[in-house]
Amino acid sequence: MIKARITVTLKNGVLDPQGKAIEGALGALGFDGVGSVRQGKVFDVEIQGTDRAGAEADLKAMCEKLLANTVIENYSIAIP
Amino acid sequence: MKSAVVLLPGLNRDRDMIAALTRISGTAPLTVWQTETQIPAVDLIVIPGGFSYGDYLRCGAIAARMPVMRAVAEKARQGVMVLGVCNGFQILLEAGLLPGALMRNTSLKFVCREVKLEVANAGTAFTRNYSQGQIIRCPVAHHDGNYFADAETLARIEGQGQVAFRYAEGTNPNGSINDIAGIVSERGNVLGLMPHPENLIEAAHGGADGRALFESALGIAA
Repeated sequence: MIKARITVTLKNGVLDPQGKAIEGALGALGFDGVGSVRQGKVFDVEIQGTDRAGAEADLKAMCEKLLANTVIENYSIAIP
Repeated sequence: MKSAVVLLPGLNRDRDMIAALTRISGTAPLTVWQTETQIPAVDLIVIPGGFSYGDYLRCGAIAARMPVMRAVAEKARQGVMVLGVCNGFQILLEAGLLPGALMRNTSLKFVCREVKLEVANAGTAFTRNYSQGQIIRCPVAHHDGNYFADAETLARIEGQGQVAFRYAEGTNPNGSINDIAGIVSERGNVLGLMPHPENLIEAAHGGADGRALFESALGIAA
């Protein structure tokens, strides 16, 4: 079993209203040092088998086809 | 003119859309379930609004990967007219049939109200019964209608007259870039828009400003 973590984040320059709202809420809690907050998504995916290269290729295809909208989002794949 | 309405789990404006198409064209549209891989010969395919797949992952993302959307894409490629309203617009973007993306409203609030729209291009097959620059009323009801495209894409769609509708008179409800409310494909046979023209087609709705969109698409003279 190969365990992977996919992180999807908004591209630079894409406005993130939810991140802005969270940033404001952190300020309201008294965290004065927060420069900015960007919200993203994390997917933990388990791939059957031990073929690491094959899994990486599959995970990349999953990101391109479904998990990320590459118009507005970047993704990264980590296999520890 | 024959029409078809695509049905997916979680859509909830399908009955309004079917009623509007039936009332305006005089014939009930066919309905096509998400698992269908073929769509019968029709002149107009409509993807209605709602919350397909509970808006999981991203609005329209999962619906856009269902078999019926491959059939819709094939029909669009053949030149059949395709209309996506609200969640239908989100699905068309996720399916890659229109450029750009729809993001969370800048207010972070679900907005349900009437807005004003400017007909930004009255030369499309969906807008020809309006006049250029005409201001119409139209209801909106959405949480993720904030249109975004990168600078290059935006310049292209603006330059090619692909913006069909803009929010007018300061009524932009979602922060959409350039006040964009609806866009057509490069070829002009696919329209996606966030507002709901199907909910303003007769006096009982309080107005009929949305009717001309369907009459345009269905080839009914003004």
